[in-house]
Amino acid sequence: MTTEAAIRVQGIEKSFKDLHVLRGVDFDVKAGSIFALLGSNGAGKTTLVRILSTLLKADAGTATVHGIDVAAQPGEVRESISLTGQFAAVDEVLSGRENLVLIAKLRHLKNPGAIADELLARFSLTEAGGRKASTYSGGMRRRLDIAMSLIGSPPIIFLDEPTTGLDPQARIEVWQTVKELANNGTTVLLTTQHLDEAEQLADRIAILHKGTIIQNGTLAELKRLLPAAKVEYVEKQPSLEDVFLTLVGDTGETETTDGDRIDGAVPAGKEPR
Amino acid sequence: MTTHVLGDTGVLTSRSLRHILRSPDTIITTAVTPIALMLLFVYVLGGAINTGSDESYINYMLPGILLITIASGVAYTAYRLFLDLQGGIFERFQSMPIARSSVLWAHVLTSLVANLVSVAIVIGVALIMGFRTGASVGAWLAVAGILILFTLALTWLAVIAGLSAKTVDGASAFSYPLIFLPFISSAFVPTDSMPAPVAWFAENQPVTSIVNSMRALFAGEPVGSDIWVALAWLVGILVVAYAFAIAIYRRKIS
Repeated sequence: MTTEAAIRVQGIEKSFKDLHVLRGVDFDVKAGSIFALLGSNGAGKTTLVRILSTLLKADAGTATVHGIDVAAQPGEVRESISLTGQFAAVDEVLSGRENLVLIAKLRHLKNPGAIADELLARFSLTEAGGRKASTYSGGMRRRLDIAMSLIGSPPIIFLDEPTTGLDPQARIEVWQTVKELANNGTTVLLTTQHLDEAEQLADRIAILHKGTIIQNGTLAELKRLLPAAKVEYVEKQPSLEDVFLTLVGDTGETETTDGDRIDGAVPAGKEPR
Repeated sequence: MTTHVLGDTGVLTSRSLRHILRSPDTIITTAVTPIALMLLFVYVLGGAINTGSDESYINYMLPGILLITIASGVAYTAYRLFLDLQGGIFERFQSMPIARSSVLWAHVLTSLVANLVSVAIVIGVALIMGFRTGASVGAWLAVAGILILFTLALTWLAVIAGLSAKTVDGASAFSYPLIFLPFISSAFVPTDSMPAPVAWFAENQPVTSIVNSMRALFAGEPVGSDIWVALAWLVGILVVAYAFAIAIYRRKIS
């Protein structure tokens, strides 16, 4: 499987009534790599992810995931994928732990409880594990969401705008998770509209614009498309994100107490009063 | 994958049953309105209603009240299904290797359990208010069978509503006409007291035959042809609603 592309998309088209969302999309994703699909709102990123995760049928073209045709054998494709959609797909009434146990049972795994505890620990949710997911902050909910997607260790994971609506620290946490996944050999296809996110994470970046891929390459290759860099002297101004992260004193290392971090994002002691 | 249908349905049913256990108000709300109606009809209006029989009024109207209980209870099924669709958990389930029909069956079985609990509460209150029956075990089983069929038929209607609704309010609005239907039937007053066109409608709509069957079963009387008309209606609605729900579901997931 390593020699073959983990995801192969050829000539995929999809229309909704008169709206031609995808007009022939082609790309390959190498096994074990992080592939970012970059595009503005309405570019068709989510539509493509829904096709690849067997939620939607394409009008034309073929797509294979893990070597299996998504249209012909959707059931088999579902065995090897996991989808983390744009909205955190957690059951708010259940606790974090119960959510994980639910998914482990639906994947027919042994020891669902042990799997849940292991993931809670890995995503620093052990303390919050017994609480209803509806009490979680946005970042915790997203971590739980991603943890649910990892159950059963699917070789391919789709992340549709995984950091939308997250605060900077939570975003960095998600980024670290994604990097760890790829280090362990999981193929990750993520969509994003944040350019820095693609820059941070992706081995390859494809730009989806008006229904087709207009560029596809590594970050270095994409940068080479523009005229060579010239040397200019610019005063280095810290970005607001640098300021914020410095003040908060968090570089994204997962913390033990989530509540504190969310409620007291800026420690009172650092404020000049 | 068919081997997992039962297991997956079981796991998902215990999930939505847990939803009900954590918000038992859904069962209480379901039972409160029929109980209030029962109090109103028995202690306020009932004295002026001539049912043409020497049975106590609560014995006369309980079958209709039970149908109203179920008709208002299934609205929660549409509501819960709609929330699953909205929240993204539905898509997660659809992208997983689980038996696809189990997602709907879990909601249907949950509805069955929740509604039977509500019905049991209402019957308990009715007993306190003086409802008495000499029904045999067989007759009780027959009543239970009718109520289960009625719940299943209405729940599949609720599934249609939940799958096709655009808003939360829309998801449960379908149940209002169903709750109202028993009032234009033999559930509270004999149909021959109504003007001719209304009486014709009342006598030919499903609730009347279902109510008459249950009333006869509770009274230990022969059910006559009503039971067959009732069963035909129940099975008919169940089959049609199920077929529509599955067709809408298929269109939604492919």
